[in-house]
Amino acid sequence: MNTYLAAFLVGGLICALGQVLVDTTRFTQGHILSAFTVAGGILAGLGLYKPLIDFAGAGATLPISSFGNALAQGAINEAKRTGFMGLLSGMFELTSSGIAAAIVFSFLIALFFDPRS
Amino acid sequence: MPQDKPLNTSRVKLTQKQYQQLVSERQPKVPVLKRALRAFVSGGLICTFGQFLLETYMDVFGMTRDLASSATTATIILIGGLLTGLGYFDKIAAFAGAGVAVPVTGFANSMVSSAMEYKREGLIYGIGSHLFGLAGSVIVYGVVTAFVVGLIVSLVS
Amino acid sequence: MKDKRRGRHTVQFSSPPYIVSTYTIAGPLEGQGPLRDHFDAISKDGMYEQKSFEKAEAKMMEDAVNEVLRKTANLPEYIDYFVASDLLDQIVISSTTASRFPIPFIGMYSACTATALCSSIAAMLIDGGYASKVVVATSSHNSTAERQFRYPVEYGMQRPPYSQWTATGATAALVADSGEGPRITSCTLGCVIETGIKDPYDMGGAMAPAALDTIVQHFEDTSRDPDYYDLIITGDLGEFGHELLKELAQSQMNLKFPNNLSDCGMLLYNKDQGVDSGASGCVCSALVLFSKIYKELCKGAISKVLLVATGALHSPTSCHQGESIPSIAHAIAIER
Repeated sequence: MNTYLAAFLVGGLICALGQVLVDTTRFTQGHILSAFTVAGGILAGLGLYKPLIDFAGAGATLPISSFGNALAQGAINEAKRTGFMGLLSGMFELTSSGIAAAIVFSFLIALFFDPRS
Repeated sequence: MPQDKPLNTSRVKLTQKQYQQLVSERQPKVPVLKRALRAFVSGGLICTFGQFLLETYMDVFGMTRDLASSATTATIILIGGLLTGLGYFDKIAAFAGAGVAVPVTGFANSMVSSAMEYKREGLIYGIGSHLFGLAGSVIVYGVVTAFVVGLIVSLVS
Repeated sequence: MKDKRRGRHTVQFSSPPYIVSTYTIAGPLEGQGPLRDHFDAISKDGMYEQKSFEKAEAKMMEDAVNEVLRKTANLPEYIDYFVASDLLDQIVISSTTASRFPIPFIGMYSACTATALCSSIAAMLIDGGYASKVVVATSSHNSTAERQFRYPVEYGMQRPPYSQWTATGATAALVADSGEGPRITSCTLGCVIETGIKDPYDMGGAMAPAALDTIVQHFEDTSRDPDYYDLIITGDLGEFGHELLKELAQSQMNLKFPNNLSDCGMLLYNKDQGVDSGASGCVCSALVLFSKIYKELCKGAISKVLLVATGALHSPTSCHQGESIPSIAHAIAIER
């Protein structure tokens, strides 16, 4: 299948699922984002998130669940190589660029912009 | 179980539970299907644009897939952050909802909005300590999950 | 000695104090609403030429007080008390404003019942003989209140359809023992009612029983019927809370309003301004009462108004800890 179509469908469905959960349960957006991150981590443990990325590309790497997956995948990979300590040292292996970018960009933007009403 | 109490007025002869029941029946309903559809389309479009960036980074700039994927995430974070700084994100989110909150655009928005809001409390106690005010829980639960999942996977295999 | 009390909770003033003058400053969204021609001033944006939203709110209140003093040719030294209330933590806007004037300050917190409570206290001070001129003021600001009670201004999320929009603006009024203008004839202060509702977006649902309780108490204490008043106007129940109040009045008390029940929260904005159920905030009822309604009372277009200001008395901490929202309503009768 066309990768663009796959990215659209998978990414869209993950977002739509989040929306339905926010609107039909008493949980807020913040709860759902944390839950999706946890879900991504669990899917990584089951070996299911990687196939989803292979299928949908950015459709699976951009939703926040991908962050949970990358953390867990980093920990699993490094633990395989170096044992228990690898759980800790490998955890941010794959996500460090995202987190670093988020911190640097957010800091600079907050420095230069002010909230509007 | 919290106890059900009467309201502190003799004029409404309902218990708290009965009153809450009445309120939830009368509350205007959230248009679930409409909002889900909007989230689907807008979230899908962000991911399609991400896919375009990913392939451009690989084909045009010759990056490896992993590097291109990181670069894509960083680009989307930058866009989400800038839209927040310029004051457009909350207006887009009012329409798109989870469609922009679930992708990393939402992660960037929560960091920038919270940092900007507390900017007047200073660089350290304002921006510094509030940057992760909303986004922090995602990192905390992501890391704890990764640790537990990683531990289980290592023990099983 | 309690010769001014009627019934259990109502005070009937023996020489009703006058609302001599009012001044209203509306925020930008309020300034595009249906009442725009009735406000004394409209801020073009939320910053009001200040460095922060908090400073903007305080400056609005200060300007409103100054304008009321100017309109009535009063110096601060002639005023006996400054009674003010707002929403920001520890009512710091009121205190900041008070620091600009050499007037003894009574700061009160009662959420969005501010106008009714401050005016009641002012009227009691005056009718009791403790003061002859009192300035009452209140303010709220969407961008300061949203951040304190909910999320940062620029945080992207959808609001439920029953949510309300905290109004931006400030008002001041001079209440005095002599002069011209409509008079505060009685007030009924309400009791706090807890419904168990915890959703900080559902103010209407949380406050409707408190509004009903105070309205019924007022009618019982004064032996009046709803048709005594030309207008019975609640503070900020919003469209949803307003419907709920009518239903509760009908089903619980068999009370029907002869088409004179309205809500300030439904009058401040047009439907197409994206504010869901309507307006809320301290200044919501103040902006409506002290602009259009005050002018109609002065002109004689209407002569008897009962304002039933409603308030949700939760704090950010209590809300985050999942406690329910205590609610209250205070009523003042204004007649010409």
